[in-house]
Amino acid sequence: MRAFSYERVKTPAEAAAAVARTPGARFLAGGTNLLDLMKLEIETPPHLVDVNSLALDKIETTSDGGLRIGALVRNTALAADERVRRDYGLLSRAILAGASTQLRNRATTAGNLVQRTRCPYFYDTNQACNKRVPGSGCSAMHGFSHQHAVIGTSNACIATFPSDMAVALRVFNATVETVRPNGATRVIPIADFHRLPGNTPHIDNVLEQAELITSVTLPKPLGGKQVYRKVRDRASYAFALISVGAVIQPDGTGRVALGGVAHKPWRVEAAEQHLPRGAAPVAEQLLAGAKPTHENEFKIALVQRTLASVLANSKKG
Amino acid sequence: MDDLRDIKITRRNLLISSALSATALAVPVPSLHAEEAPSGDTPPPVKSKVTLRVNGQAHELELDTRTTLLDALRENLHMTGTKKGCDHGQCGACTVIANGERINSCLTLALQNEGMEITTIEGLGTVNSLHPMQVAFIKHDGYQCGYCTPGQICSAVSALQEIKQNIPSLVTPDLAARPQVTAEEIRERMSGNICRCGAYSNILDAITEVAGRTI
Repeated sequence: MRAFSYERVKTPAEAAAAVARTPGARFLAGGTNLLDLMKLEIETPPHLVDVNSLALDKIETTSDGGLRIGALVRNTALAADERVRRDYGLLSRAILAGASTQLRNRATTAGNLVQRTRCPYFYDTNQACNKRVPGSGCSAMHGFSHQHAVIGTSNACIATFPSDMAVALRVFNATVETVRPNGATRVIPIADFHRLPGNTPHIDNVLEQAELITSVTLPKPLGGKQVYRKVRDRASYAFALISVGAVIQPDGTGRVALGGVAHKPWRVEAAEQHLPRGAAPVAEQLLAGAKPTHENEFKIALVQRTLASVLANSKKG
Repeated sequence: MDDLRDIKITRRNLLISSALSATALAVPVPSLHAEEAPSGDTPPPVKSKVTLRVNGQAHELELDTRTTLLDALRENLHMTGTKKGCDHGQCGACTVIANGERINSCLTLALQNEGMEITTIEGLGTVNSLHPMQVAFIKHDGYQCGYCTPGQICSAVSALQEIKQNIPSLVTPDLAARPQVTAEEIRERMSGNICRCGAYSNILDAITEVAGRTI
């Protein structure tokens, strides 16, 4: 790990200003992903701004009946919150499908959204990786790619965004609130928060340098049957091969998003009109234009079958 | 599987080849360090004062900012009960309890834990006064080599506490109801602790026994 200086701050604006002052500085919240990457010198910040003392750890009801989740609310606390369990069960389920309790006890809402890919070639500093070293190439493309993205990929990168939580947030159309070093705030729809890799896969999301996430807001509840189904190489404590998050209403309409298939949570609203007709037409439109590798083409069929299972499950009481 | 049928490796040959590859790996390490050491762009270490409260006792330390809680416990406080397995949050051997919540001590800086109440395996029980979970692990033979055991025990104690606190897990059937102590719940809640000796079924028996006594 490279040496770094460390400071604690008291307000979000102070935090953003502190990161802006030192080139390459980073915010430190739970640290469960950042410290891991720093040990491997994939991340080498010269300065860390510890934001854990900021008062961003509350979950509050909004005036339109939704929930505003503070950026520092730990994953365990969010999944266990009574209101989330009652009205946004898909979010609880998705969070609980990720990592281990030890990690969820420290990982934060904002940190979950800005975690890096778990592509093994990103993690192995002996390999070419355009996300880690822009322009160095992509070892995954012709390597072991059974975990990798099948849609929204580019010739530069086939990494996935690994969050389960974000799949649920995409179904609910959550928004991400931020503050910048000059104190200006903005609201980013979750659909626009993560980027596709294109020619700049080293940029995961639309946050600017030193822009701090302060909260994530859920619109009013959708009701319906809420299901998160994650398919992986072992039953627990593993990243998704694919996952399906769905909210299905009694009349068969609903919303669906996928994890493990793209550089961002994958949702195609137009495909959802087919939900009452079953999984096949929905999956076909969701993954239209997919470019799987030889090793991960199984994901196309797996999405359709998992969605069929989710829809069958949603009809049970 | 077809490709593997022709491979016949005796245990002896496997050991020889493992030893050879270990040697091959070990050789370049000094030269790597020699290349890195004099490099001008390596920033100097930064020290910081921190007070850690561990098992009810405060310790004032001056640490390199890079020091993880795990390394502070083992290297600075010489409390070697907490084990370093993978050092990347994948194995759970370093599990300790911070303010009542279990965490991977390898993925948190010592500095981040100032003001927290840290409980390690040394704080759960002593040789003369074992924690009920330690008693149960011994009774049910919940380990073989023992390396993952301190983490397993810290994790198990917390897992039962989390069920009491109404924290759901992936396998909790109804999010509106309180989670129950079932084998499925315990397995899911313990999945962040890997045991390469494979003592899982005995670990499950040990936790189940303690749960029956206290819940």
